[in-house]
Amino acid sequence: MSNDPILVQGGNLALRRDYADHAADTLRDLRRSGDAVDFEVEHHHDVASTIQLGFWIYLMSDCLLFSGLFATYALLNSHTAGGPAGSQLFDLPNVLIETMFLLFSSFTCGLATLAMNADRRNATVGWLAVTFLLGLGFISIEVREFAHLVAIGAGPDRSAFLSSFFTLVATHGLHVTCGLIFMAVMMVAVLKKGLTPTNRARLVNLSLFWHFLDIIWVGVFSLVYLFGVAR
Amino acid sequence: MFGKLTLSAIPYTNPIIMGGVAFMVICALVILGAITYFGKWKYLWTEWLTSVDHKKIGIMYLILATIMLLRGFADAIMMRAQQALAYGSNMGYLPPGHFDQVFSAHGTIMIFFMAMPFIIGLMNCILPLQLGARDVAFPLMNNLSFWLTAAGAVLVNLSLAVGNFSHAGWLGFAPLSELHYSPGVGVDYWIWALQISGIGTTLTGVNFIATILKMRAPGMTLMRMPIFAWASLCTNILIVAAFPLLTVTLGLLTMDRYLGMHFFTNSLGGDPMMYINLIWIWGHPEVYILMLPVFGVYSEVVPTFSGKRLFGYASMVYATMAIALLSLIVWLHHFFTMGNGANVNTFFGITTMIIAVPTGVKIFNWLLTMYRGRVRFETPMLWTIGFLITFTIGGMSGVLLAEPPADFVLHNSLFLVAHFHNVIIGGVVFGVFAGITYWAPKIFGFRLNERLGRAAFWCWFIGFYVAFMPLYALGLMGATRRMDHYDVAAWQPLFIIAAVGAAIIFAGVILQVAQVVVSIRQREQTRDLTGDPWNGRTLEWSIPSPAPAYNFARIPVVRERDAFWDMKQRGVDLKSSTFVPIHMPRNKAAGFIVASFAFVVAFALIWHIWWLAIGGLAGVIGTLIRHAFDDDRDYHLGADEVRRVEGLHGRVQARSV
Repeated sequence: MSNDPILVQGGNLALRRDYADHAADTLRDLRRSGDAVDFEVEHHHDVASTIQLGFWIYLMSDCLLFSGLFATYALLNSHTAGGPAGSQLFDLPNVLIETMFLLFSSFTCGLATLAMNADRRNATVGWLAVTFLLGLGFISIEVREFAHLVAIGAGPDRSAFLSSFFTLVATHGLHVTCGLIFMAVMMVAVLKKGLTPTNRARLVNLSLFWHFLDIIWVGVFSLVYLFGVAR
Repeated sequence: MFGKLTLSAIPYTNPIIMGGVAFMVICALVILGAITYFGKWKYLWTEWLTSVDHKKIGIMYLILATIMLLRGFADAIMMRAQQALAYGSNMGYLPPGHFDQVFSAHGTIMIFFMAMPFIIGLMNCILPLQLGARDVAFPLMNNLSFWLTAAGAVLVNLSLAVGNFSHAGWLGFAPLSELHYSPGVGVDYWIWALQISGIGTTLTGVNFIATILKMRAPGMTLMRMPIFAWASLCTNILIVAAFPLLTVTLGLLTMDRYLGMHFFTNSLGGDPMMYINLIWIWGHPEVYILMLPVFGVYSEVVPTFSGKRLFGYASMVYATMAIALLSLIVWLHHFFTMGNGANVNTFFGITTMIIAVPTGVKIFNWLLTMYRGRVRFETPMLWTIGFLITFTIGGMSGVLLAEPPADFVLHNSLFLVAHFHNVIIGGVVFGVFAGITYWAPKIFGFRLNERLGRAAFWCWFIGFYVAFMPLYALGLMGATRRMDHYDVAAWQPLFIIAAVGAAIIFAGVILQVAQVVVSIRQREQTRDLTGDPWNGRTLEWSIPSPAPAYNFARIPVVRERDAFWDMKQRGVDLKSSTFVPIHMPRNKAAGFIVASFAFVVAFALIWHIWWLAIGGLAGVIGTLIRHAFDDDRDYHLGADEVRRVEGLHGRVQARSV
């Protein structure tokens, strides 16, 4: 937080000339009367950084939500109740392809951020579109896996293990779906309004969210699939 | 078409429920009629329901909490009456199934929809003012949080009229709350009311952490923040740390009940004990989420009414942080008897007892602040002294329960019920009343009636002891909690005394309602013209009462801990000659609309009306997207308008050159 009195609002707000002039006059008056040490006419709070801090806190709360699901899975994954265990169900090559989709989508999401920083609007939207398609690929592989499991009688109601498996993986999938909606909205917003400060702040949040889901997936991949097959 | 919902869901054959429903409907009709009669709908919508002003949102929280206090208190009176009667051949007037719903509703309402809205309401009203901020970090999200909480409260009350409420206790322990044992809609009402309001609370946590970390006035370092702000910071960190676990637990129970999964069932590998662990991993921090803010309130009240700065500021901060951290590692003491083994029980018994140390530090800090101070026994101070005595007793019975061997004897008994009411009424509720009385001039612009406030305090204070001390004795005599009938003759006199105590508290509640009415009618006599009615120490008292929409015409520069006290010592002139336009957030309907759709989703899911649930969800997403494209979010309040408002409070100085 800066201690400088400022003359205009920062962040994603429009800069208003008359307002800035007025504030400058006022500040001059205050300084002359010696008041400036006790008060500031306007104190600068960086709106963009506040939004980003808020988003980080939200991500951490989401992380704790996943921690609950991971803990549940860790406890229940041996509770197969006579039903199939992970080693009989998981198709590792398929999951590897699925994982690659998500990891590459994180990479292209990073490219979208770089394009945004270089003020290249169309490239930004282009890389977002690639990210979107990779994310969609990830989701469809997941849905196919789920459909297959349900079809062979290994649905979420079969055992506590499968309940916790489906819930953990599907919660991640649901987050990715929300991310896809967010991304679609952002593509439209950037095409309509360009790389405005508001859109930039939201794109930063979107990419944070997307990388976060990537990290969660690394946890899912390791704990659920790798350990599941190894067991 | 309407899922499980039929006309028979309305319990019109039960006179007790229908009486309650009729009373609620009549109250609602009177209020709606009055709004229509006075033509206030537009005013209500534009100035309040869609408001993003933290002070107005705070007042709405306080109103919600007050209404739910009355509702939860009605449940309490019903239980006390039942237990005073139901001995031997007398079965009382409530059948067991109904009694179970009453205690479940009482606990759910008092924690989620009374205590939580009260503390979040106080934080909303005061926190930004103490920080020298013009608003919270995310004003519209604040509005959304409130309406999500309100939607949950409406669901709980709706369950009275349509269907029924959970009978599985305020925490819905599995496997009782599973479909097999609770096939009705009661548990679903409980789940969705908590899920929706819980999401609102999580958003509040995010919002206030960002506000405290990012919006403080220049010069206000963390160690210069008022203690209430520190307590709020710790509370909101706990909210963000704990509420996701509530979301998960309720979500898993939902999966069991709606999709036939097996997290907490008795069959196919489910583990009911995991439910008990998960819900208390949230549940224990929740206790401190309620308690820490009122510790903050007392830390503001005591210095102000003792005319001294707070004794041991730094130790207060560290004690608050220590309690916040410890509260995350004590959850197992809620189920010592579940078979966790001696070593595990010992660990959690010790961590629980350690919490008494930082709490003791706080008690001594308050006492030493009063020591050699000029203590003024105004109503907030009465509540505070009542708290110091009552909470210390409750804390000691808590340390007793923290001993696993003692807990094996006392668990699930009325001793436990007496203990947690001892700390929640003597701590949270007294603190909320102290806070409301203390900050009423800042929130409403006038002081609350002193005489009625004192009378209400004495009724609550004495009534509390008459109502709950017998329960300690009953617990030691073997009376269990949640009991609708008993066969021990020796218990009945004590239950009757407890009922008399509840009646005395009820008199206190009536006096408080009268206090509000009288205070509003006599507001011209008690109006706060100075902005600083108590000779306060923190920044909220440096601005006019009630706080203007923009809070601070100029942002104060903070040099000391008690920033406003320091300003007064240095003779800083609060009048100003120069004003600038102030940047303000615009009121928006999006929060109200999103919460309304969320309510529709919840209601549809409770009654298995799938098409409506999908429609409601589409409404939520659609509203959020529409809002994302709304650019008209803020405006500048003109300098002349600021000058006019400040002038009303005598804060304008002739321009000096």
